[in-house]
Amino acid sequence: MTKADIVQNLYNKLGFSKKDSARIVESVFDIIKENLAQGEKIKISGFGNFVVNEKRARKGRNPQTGQTITISERKVLTFKASQVLRNALNE
Amino acid sequence: MNKSELISALSKKEGLTEKQASDTVNLIFKNFNEELKKGNRIEIRGFGSFVVRDYGAYTGRNPKTGGVIEVSPKKLPFFKVGKELKERVNSGK
Repeated sequence: MTKADIVQNLYNKLGFSKKDSARIVESVFDIIKENLAQGEKIKISGFGNFVVNEKRARKGRNPQTGQTITISERKVLTFKASQVLRNALNE
Repeated sequence: MNKSELISALSKKEGLTEKQASDTVNLIFKNFNEELKKGNRIEIRGFGSFVVRDYGAYTGRNPKTGGVIEVSPKKLPFFKVGKELKERVNSGK
């Protein structure tokens, strides 16, 4: 499934025009992305949570050359599926 | 931000009624759940992709009691963040 399928679904089920459907779907993800970029959590009940985690710098190794390198501190986005979704997948 | 805040933000941004905005958000995540349940992959450009991964059975321990427990095989959705979003989250912009 891609964005195009979601747009089609919105168009079929909610009565928006194709053009509006496309813009609205884009907006939904834009809002989510903007909040995540600011370090905000996104909690969608029944689906899951998107959380930004701060990782500290650590020493790593280049597996190809064996060289020790420092992996700098960074922020990563993780997703945790809700219990509802986890159960649905394992029914 | 939770789902109702997302709905409000969408209604404001797109000039939709609360009902239209909540129908939209609910439809999107209902679609996501259904697709994952079918084992299908979801790919949203600029955001990321979801796939269902199979995990085998293993012997685990209850961290509280130390008791051994058999963990049965399970499926879990895995989210891979898209390049654009990954960079935005890291830079905070």
